[in-house]
Amino acid sequence: MRILTLAGRRLAASIPTLVLILIGVFVLLQFAPGDTVDALMAQMGGGDATTARQLRQYYGLDVSAWAQLGNYLWRLIRLDLGFSAIYGKPVATVIAERLPATILLMTASLSLAFFFGLIFGVIAARGVNRWPDTLISTLGLVFYAMPTFWFGLMAIVVFSIYLQWLPAGGFEDITVGLTGWRRTLDIASHLVLPTLTLGLFYMAIYLRIMRGSMLEVLTLDFVRTARAKGMDETRVVVRHVLRNALLPMVTLIGLQAGTMLGGSVVVESVFSLPGLGRLAYESVIQRDLNTLLGIVFVSALLVIVVNFIVDLLYARLDPRITTGG
Amino acid sequence: MDMTRRAALLTSAAIASSVAFPMRSLFAQETPRKGGVFTVHYGAEQRQLNPSLQASTGVYIIGGKIQEQLVDLDAAGNPVGVLATSWEAAPDGKTITFKLRDGVKWHDGKPFTSADVQFTAMEMWKKILNYGTTLQLFLTAVDTPDPLTAVFRYERPMPLGLLLRALPDLGYVSPRHLYEGKGDIRQNPVNLAPVGTGPFKFVTYERGQHVIADRNPDYWRPNAPHLDRIVWRVVTDRAAAAAQMEAGQIHYSPFSGLTISDSARLGKDPRFIVSTKGNEGNARTNTVEFNFRRKELADIRVRRAIAHALDIPFFIENFLGDFAKRGTGPVPSVSTDFYPADNGPQYPFDKKLAAKLLDEAGFKAGAGGTRFSLRLLPAPWGEDITLFATFIQQSLADVGIKVEVVRTDGGGFLKQVYDDHAFDLATGWHQYRNDPAVSTTVWYRSGQPKGAPWTNQWDWTDPTMDKIIDDAATEVDVAKRKALYGDFVRRANTEIPIWTPIEQIFLTAISAKARNHSNTPRWGSSSWHDLWLAE
Repeated sequence: MRILTLAGRRLAASIPTLVLILIGVFVLLQFAPGDTVDALMAQMGGGDATTARQLRQYYGLDVSAWAQLGNYLWRLIRLDLGFSAIYGKPVATVIAERLPATILLMTASLSLAFFFGLIFGVIAARGVNRWPDTLISTLGLVFYAMPTFWFGLMAIVVFSIYLQWLPAGGFEDITVGLTGWRRTLDIASHLVLPTLTLGLFYMAIYLRIMRGSMLEVLTLDFVRTARAKGMDETRVVVRHVLRNALLPMVTLIGLQAGTMLGGSVVVESVFSLPGLGRLAYESVIQRDLNTLLGIVFVSALLVIVVNFIVDLLYARLDPRITTGG
Repeated sequence: MDMTRRAALLTSAAIASSVAFPMRSLFAQETPRKGGVFTVHYGAEQRQLNPSLQASTGVYIIGGKIQEQLVDLDAAGNPVGVLATSWEAAPDGKTITFKLRDGVKWHDGKPFTSADVQFTAMEMWKKILNYGTTLQLFLTAVDTPDPLTAVFRYERPMPLGLLLRALPDLGYVSPRHLYEGKGDIRQNPVNLAPVGTGPFKFVTYERGQHVIADRNPDYWRPNAPHLDRIVWRVVTDRAAAAAQMEAGQIHYSPFSGLTISDSARLGKDPRFIVSTKGNEGNARTNTVEFNFRRKELADIRVRRAIAHALDIPFFIENFLGDFAKRGTGPVPSVSTDFYPADNGPQYPFDKKLAAKLLDEAGFKAGAGGTRFSLRLLPAPWGEDITLFATFIQQSLADVGIKVEVVRTDGGGFLKQVYDDHAFDLATGWHQYRNDPAVSTTVWYRSGQPKGAPWTNQWDWTDPTMDKIIDDAATEVDVAKRKALYGDFVRRANTEIPIWTPIEQIFLTAISAKARNHSNTPRWGSSSWHDLWLAE
């Protein structure tokens, strides 16, 4: 029950933020020259002024910007995301088609980053200033500094072109038409390289944070007490240190769920994945305001949900942080 | 030592034979193999796929396999009947009669008749299709005396040659029974799941991923098509597309879809063929467009000075490789029907002359050697345009003109140049479509409505030019028409409201396994009914 009240309060508190974000994006896009009809004309490779006028009328672009924003917010209240001018379908449908690829990619990358970040962070902290620490920290720095698109392209060159182990792009193999388990495996094999590309960067961050917080917790009094009780080292690390060192990691997940959506634009382009990141990018290029606002809305919801889960995890990891607040 | 030498010999023999392989196919008579999936790089998704409503290569590359036109071009670039079998013009040029192919069926089984042609021409070509609205402006009616005859009636004479050269792009037919009485044609769902008479039947379109079309078993051409399926893979990143070609996931990247450096690299790989062949009908020129609202640019000496200040051969040699050459005017040299013997004045690189012309025009170098500054907008359609913009900037700095390059995306470019006129110089492409009247003369004809992209928005008015353009558009006599377009080119080069210094043909990168490819001047857009894949 307390969780439900908390969820309700968090959601209510985030509504003003959401509306502000939407208005901000709307206003920002007004500064870009040209509208969706100009973008359509560019795509068509020519057209006349009468057609342009008719199209503007059709998409409701002939009224003032404020009236357009008012119309949009009024529709949003009725949970209608509007109609995409570029895709010719309701925005909700367009986003629903792209959401699975993005969520798959995000979950896989975050899990990879979190899991290996944690393990490598612990190993580095246990062997601080010895060779495992040096090796892991150097690798972490390399992954952190490497541009995502470059790593993606190099991964394609090595694993797809040279070794021919993994597909170079796409979400699944459509030339053969697989079903069931074989299709799942096929999709998984298509996701390996994008997940690595997106995940390794975040892994580098996590292992730094994990290493740092492990080192900090290891110096605290309760660790000394536990050791003094004669507890063996593994139990000390797992039961006492890890649990406390995890808090900053969990905080980061909440923060990075949002940035990951941004980072996935590049990965989705390099690997031709049909995800939200690329959809957002194309909506900007095509000035498809409705779709763009819809994506902002959905990703804001996503971030709110992730942060809510993070709050719950907090309470679980450290009972001193009460959910009641 | 001996082993290494033998290994080296074996390797070089293997390379030699694989290089020779694509050549061999030209000489040996191979029997086409039935079956196979052909995968195509699709760089920019379109809002809809019906070529009767949108004339662009982005639509033809998919829609052109599913729907067909009345007329296409053969290997020599001459009109050849597809859905039409013959055509005839009345002497006054106001009536053109098409005889249609018998026994052709739409993919849903309904017969194709003259009623489809009538509906498509009157409701789509005349009212919606870009360039079609201009071409068919004076079309008053299409009569259908019988199911296999369509008679086009024009208010003013329509040159048969113009119509036949325009129809390969602007003559795709749509099924009347799926559009008539079904509401707004632009919003009809059939546009995204096209139904045609072509060799391939639409199967599915997954946005952001792929489009699939399968063999049409009831196709009217005997023993066609050879392929089982065509898959268009949506790959927006050019480098990623090249990687997928190398990984064997893509067979064909049309219309210069790869970067210049990747094209050059794949061209050396025996698994691929990179060439301009099959794109002769898709010639384009790089343009420099001048805004006459700036007093400096309204002065012809300044425009000529700018032309003389650019070392075009140097730019082509160092940035565009072998795939471009010096342009001579708005009609490219591949246009055998209209390329004039004399193109009028050209502007060879001469920095001293440029400076002299600018001095004469009264724009002396001020403090720091600068005469005046200009805003240059490059169109975002290709890396050659971006490179060219930088080249213009640096070259003009040498003669005292300061250039600020303003980069935008597609929508922003069109809005600023063609609607707001917020540019001094613009640079982009002009695509030539087989006859100057289709899409070229509108760049020069004055009185174009504001906001119409790729038309004369430079504020250039010249009654002499307007008269040449209008006369040529309705001239029925073939020789007289050609002569008029000669005048058009010479006048364009003399006055240079737009300068066309570079001529290019789109590049194709295709797997060496493909057969019967690039065999027509607009092959990327054509129906691929005879294309097949070797094992």
